[in-house]
Amino acid sequence: MMTVVGKDQVNIVARVTQQLYEANCELGEASMLRLGGNFSIMMMVAFAGDALELEAMMSSVADDMDLRVHVDVIEGQLHAHSLPDVCVHVSGADRPGIVAQVAGALAKAGLSILDLESDVAGSEQSPIYVMQIEGCATLGIEALEKAIVDLDKNGLDVSLNPIETLIG
Amino acid sequence: MPIKNILTYPDVRLKTEAESVVKFDSSLHQVVQDLEDTMAEGPGAVGIAAPQLGISQRVVIVDVSSRKKIKHHGHLVLINPEITQWDGLVTGREGCLSVPDYTGNVVRAECIHLSAFDIYGEQQQFEMQGFEARAVQHELDHLDGLLFLDRLVSRRHDLFKRKVYQK
Repeated sequence: MMTVVGKDQVNIVARVTQQLYEANCELGEASMLRLGGNFSIMMMVAFAGDALELEAMMSSVADDMDLRVHVDVIEGQLHAHSLPDVCVHVSGADRPGIVAQVAGALAKAGLSILDLESDVAGSEQSPIYVMQIEGCATLGIEALEKAIVDLDKNGLDVSLNPIETLIG
Repeated sequence: MPIKNILTYPDVRLKTEAESVVKFDSSLHQVVQDLEDTMAEGPGAVGIAAPQLGISQRVVIVDVSSRKKIKHHGHLVLINPEITQWDGLVTGREGCLSVPDYTGNVVRAECIHLSAFDIYGEQQQFEMQGFEARAVQHELDHLDGLLFLDRLVSRRHDLFKRKVYQK
């Protein structure tokens, strides 16, 4: 798993992936995110050498664009997609502990998180926190519905919606 | 009847517009039977279209009756189907027998008016909504050489309608 982090700028994805391609790497699943003006991407990379060689091979692009490149050896698994069956929306005035509180309550109620995205929005004086979580309700949707009632009492707006995947 | 192989993307036959059915004869009934048999073997599919078996004819089957608490018309064999009216837009998650191991968000009409023929050539009209309307639109796309991959919208951001729970 290659992680690339740095200040956001034009051309990062193109240059990083071109370098990987020229080194005979193959890319699998990848996810790029801009977080607070910072660029980040995680990519599954198949490479014949070891992690240190791969990091060294990226050093010219990394130095050039002031990026940090980190490589972890992982087991690459294809065709291991789990289908989420519920989407949870959370919003409220920003304060420390929202993610921990929500994730903790939902985990207790059986939610296995597959995807989480959150944003800080609003104004600097009164920031708001907006989060969306997709996952599998391993103990059923009703258990999650009960869990979010308690979260609502803590000044958060929490709602959930089942995701029904149509296969046609 | 042995089940037929389902074509998978990027087979070009999935990107080809299908021909209208002109004869409602035994060969059409055989196509429908092949679709029935193949769909029955599929993992939880709620519909199938003839082009998915490499048959370039405007024939689909839709059956969402296995889903709980939704309005539907049961098991439908739709020949030369056409959406004549639609209303509302809603985002939902879709996958496809022809695109294994991938799902994505697609915007579809919430309600549709559908005109189609049955296997004997009798014209039928349906008012559909929600999940059934989505399934029909997914299958009709196959007849026009479109896959849900052609209609993907972002997986991120607020795409699912919120239910409001009373505090």
